[in-house]
Amino acid sequence: MSRSIRPKLAVWKFASCDGCQLSLLDVEDALLEVAAVVDIANFPEASRAVVKGPYDLSLVEGSITTPHDAERIHRIRRQSKTLVTIGACATSGGIQALRNYKNVDDFVSIVYAHPEYISTLEKSTPIRDHVKVDFELRGCPINKMQLVELLSAYLNNRKPNIRSHSVCMECKLKGTACVMVAQGIPCLGPVTHAGCEAICPSFNRGCYGCFGPKESPNCSSLSSRWTDLDVSKDDLIRAYRSFNAGSESFRRESEFHEKL
Amino acid sequence: MNQEKPDTNNIFVIKKDSLAGLFENITKAGYEMIGPKLKDGTICLDKITSLDDLPVGITDNQEPAQYRTKQSKSDTSLFSYVVGPHSPKRYVFPPRHQLWQINRVNGDQQIIAQPLPKTKLAFIGIRPCDLAALKITDRVFKGGKYTDAHYTEGRANNFILAVNCVKPGGTCFCTSVGTGPKAKGDFDLCLTEVYSEAEHFFILETGTKLGSKMISGVTTKPASKAKLKQADKLLKAAEKNMGRQLETDNLQQLIYDGANRVNWEEVGLKCLSCTNCTMVCPTCFCTSLEDTTDLRGTTAVRTRVWDSCFNEDYSYMHGGNVRSSSRARYRHWISHKLAGWVDQFGTLGCVGCGRCITWCPVGIDITEEVVSLKKRIATKKAEATAKER
Repeated sequence: MSRSIRPKLAVWKFASCDGCQLSLLDVEDALLEVAAVVDIANFPEASRAVVKGPYDLSLVEGSITTPHDAERIHRIRRQSKTLVTIGACATSGGIQALRNYKNVDDFVSIVYAHPEYISTLEKSTPIRDHVKVDFELRGCPINKMQLVELLSAYLNNRKPNIRSHSVCMECKLKGTACVMVAQGIPCLGPVTHAGCEAICPSFNRGCYGCFGPKESPNCSSLSSRWTDLDVSKDDLIRAYRSFNAGSESFRRESEFHEKL
Repeated sequence: MNQEKPDTNNIFVIKKDSLAGLFENITKAGYEMIGPKLKDGTICLDKITSLDDLPVGITDNQEPAQYRTKQSKSDTSLFSYVVGPHSPKRYVFPPRHQLWQINRVNGDQQIIAQPLPKTKLAFIGIRPCDLAALKITDRVFKGGKYTDAHYTEGRANNFILAVNCVKPGGTCFCTSVGTGPKAKGDFDLCLTEVYSEAEHFFILETGTKLGSKMISGVTTKPASKAKLKQADKLLKAAEKNMGRQLETDNLQQLIYDGANRVNWEEVGLKCLSCTNCTMVCPTCFCTSLEDTTDLRGTTAVRTRVWDSCFNEDYSYMHGGNVRSSSRARYRHWISHKLAGWVDQFGTLGCVGCGRCITWCPVGIDITEEVVSLKKRIATKKAEATAKER
């Protein structure tokens, strides 16, 4: 389809490692296609040139951790017709949401020589907690092919084929035998959102939950199974507190075991 | 091949080494062989090219949420295990299957249908429960008013070398649903392995003309009564050796009775709605359609992908999801398998392979769930009677 006006795409960064936005540069052959169908208006990892807003599609990476960012995200939202978050930080607060379980001032005084220069929020929160988000792309990092699928869906006015079922289903579609059943390896797959194409179980490792909770996850049942597999309470808590430590169901499950 | 009746007069004895000749004949006839193969400690179905690819001396131990294999060096048997996580389903009804593509050419739409599968597949070592499952999926995809061209074509090109089960697994219950441990037809050839330290041979039964043709030139002997008796004895023992049992009397009514009358909370709390049971089930056939486009919008592709009634999206309709809790999803699944299926297709949707029990990460056992349902209904009835008094 020939499009006379190319949609303006902007990429924004908040507290994050840049890995997700780099996925866009890493889409290989598809990158030229992307560049041909959208007007890249703001993408610091690719170019310093900035085109003024408003933007048709904003991809937002990272979580909100400072008062300044909490304001900046509103400005971005106002300038964006469609706003999509990319990655675990933007969707659940990221690994930095570990601070949510502690007093952040304790860290600041240990890490920084001049804590008085640091202006930070108590919690690392997902973009959704601050502004309306149109779609959330999961993963730490995101799956670059899912990003292409998302862009393709956006450009063609259709629903993206990004499904919220368990990682188990990805193992089964691939034909990977369950590592938990066949090898006794603790795996977060049954409660984790699909999207990675079940990389870890394909290499005889349990799922680490990089894509966060699936739709209606039953973490407590999985935790009982992990306990049967001799996983200690501390390890169980740690498993739920990684890249998606701030997600509602993983947080609740880890806190439940902490209080035991 | 499904339509022909097995000719029971054609029963032979074949030695392990002679099976190599049979495999050669199958390959020469243009078939790609799919058979059991050991991968990461699990018996999977995969492409095999010779007798050497088959697992030797492997036994399996299957319990709810647990699967382990054991290799014995002194054991030279070929089929001392039962079914693994894969079934022929993934070959006759692939997890992802492109249906068609549309290209935009000079403002016109050009539709390209997906060619029907042409590969001739020979299934090696398929168990009676999986033969029963193929019969069920045949009914689903080929039996009704609307048939599935891709499935039908693929099935027409199958050759089946079945293997009867002399060592049922810990989660097997084919005897309860009448599908095994001995195949009752629906194969081209069928083997029963007789293995002991003293001797090792196979009873070979031909089921079709194609099967008979395939053993031409392969060294076989007519089966003596004594050898047949040995195999029969093993199969009789296997019938009584099932790890599980499913109470099938009045089962459909029981499920319907329980659907709305009793509480499904307990299984709902345990169920992960992870879809493992439906993915490993050899008869679960639900799919969704995925439409994708390229970035420029010049090509659209429709793909059929395995789906599961345990997924939230699966029952999403305008306005919301009709089965949002895992207890509702579990109730739906078991009700369809053991009751609705009978109304729909004239048979149970369960073949007693036990895969859903073994591969459920938390070990939910369909046979125990039926027992539990029975108890819950009885309790409910007793409560109601007590109230009336």
